[in-house]
Amino acid sequence: MSRIIVVTSGKGGVGKTTTAAALAMGLAERGFRSVVIDFDVGLRNLDLIMGCERRVVYDFINVIQGEARLNQALIKDKRNDNLFILPASQTRDKEALTKEGVGRVLTDLSEDFDYIVCDSPAGIELGATMAMYYADDAFVVTNPEVSSVRDSDRMIGILSSKSQRAEEDREPIREYLLLTRYSPERVERGEMLSVEDVQDILSLDLIGVIPESQAVLNASNSGVPVIMDGESTAGQAYSDVVARYLGEQLPHRFLEIEKRGLLGRLFGG
Amino acid sequence: MGLLSYFKSRSTSGSASLAKERLQILVAHDRAGRDAPSYLPQLQRDILKVLRKYVAVEPGAVNVNLEHDEHHEVLELNIVLPEGERSTG
Repeated sequence: MSRIIVVTSGKGGVGKTTTAAALAMGLAERGFRSVVIDFDVGLRNLDLIMGCERRVVYDFINVIQGEARLNQALIKDKRNDNLFILPASQTRDKEALTKEGVGRVLTDLSEDFDYIVCDSPAGIELGATMAMYYADDAFVVTNPEVSSVRDSDRMIGILSSKSQRAEEDREPIREYLLLTRYSPERVERGEMLSVEDVQDILSLDLIGVIPESQAVLNASNSGVPVIMDGESTAGQAYSDVVARYLGEQLPHRFLEIEKRGLLGRLFGG
Repeated sequence: MGLLSYFKSRSTSGSASLAKERLQILVAHDRAGRDAPSYLPQLQRDILKVLRKYVAVEPGAVNVNLEHDEHHEVLELNIVLPEGERSTG
């Protein structure tokens, strides 16, 4: 029995795909069979972030429409045998994502995988609602910024009303807040909403805080999930997120400004 | 610059508090709309239709709101009558 995780946000550009890639890789690194699905039909970015863009032959829509078998479309990650990628179609319409078709593919995948990570597109339209419909758990990716927080709140409302769990009156989707692009410096200067501010407004369980980091761009440039960059703060923060998701109790890191000596603070700018 | 920002960092006059304040209001408003019963928009349209038999009001003149309290719910109706129409009907 697999667990279906949706990575969602409402707003675009907050780090959904980065998070989905990190999460799937992190779970695979811990020995779980994981698959990450790109629901952004028409755009397709997950394959780039995962570094397998040149190996895409068939996609999610081909499988839904019966033009390819699931194992023809699944791309096995070259770094980790436990990890597979199901890319989105670049040429089709979102309308090809039917509730019935998506459900069928997820059922087939759940026979083989421990975790199914659904990378949702931005917005609240079909692609996003399909990505969340069958979810057991949701990562609501949020930047400490007004429009992102508002859109996340909107998403939380949709998660609690438009999912299969809601329709069947089952236990609701477990929702987690993931704060990304966090800058302790700007928070201290009073320019950026703090973790506490965002939690006050959204009242969700905080699964992690990913600090703003150059490593995220470096990782996407080279097609390597940032969680594999164990040197970087973002990579370490994502590893913590995976550990917390699996039930470990870990304190949140990188919420404070890195301590520098007094001289550094006076003259470092 | 370094020295200046060291002292500035102690101040709390940044824009983040304004952001939080705006968000709290906005999110409360969004949630109220979301949790409202689904018949509200139709009720609003029906009231408007009836009202327009008697008074030439603007389409946006009727506002229906449901407020939750701990013990009861208040259905609030706000109707804006046009200037100089008070004696009609």
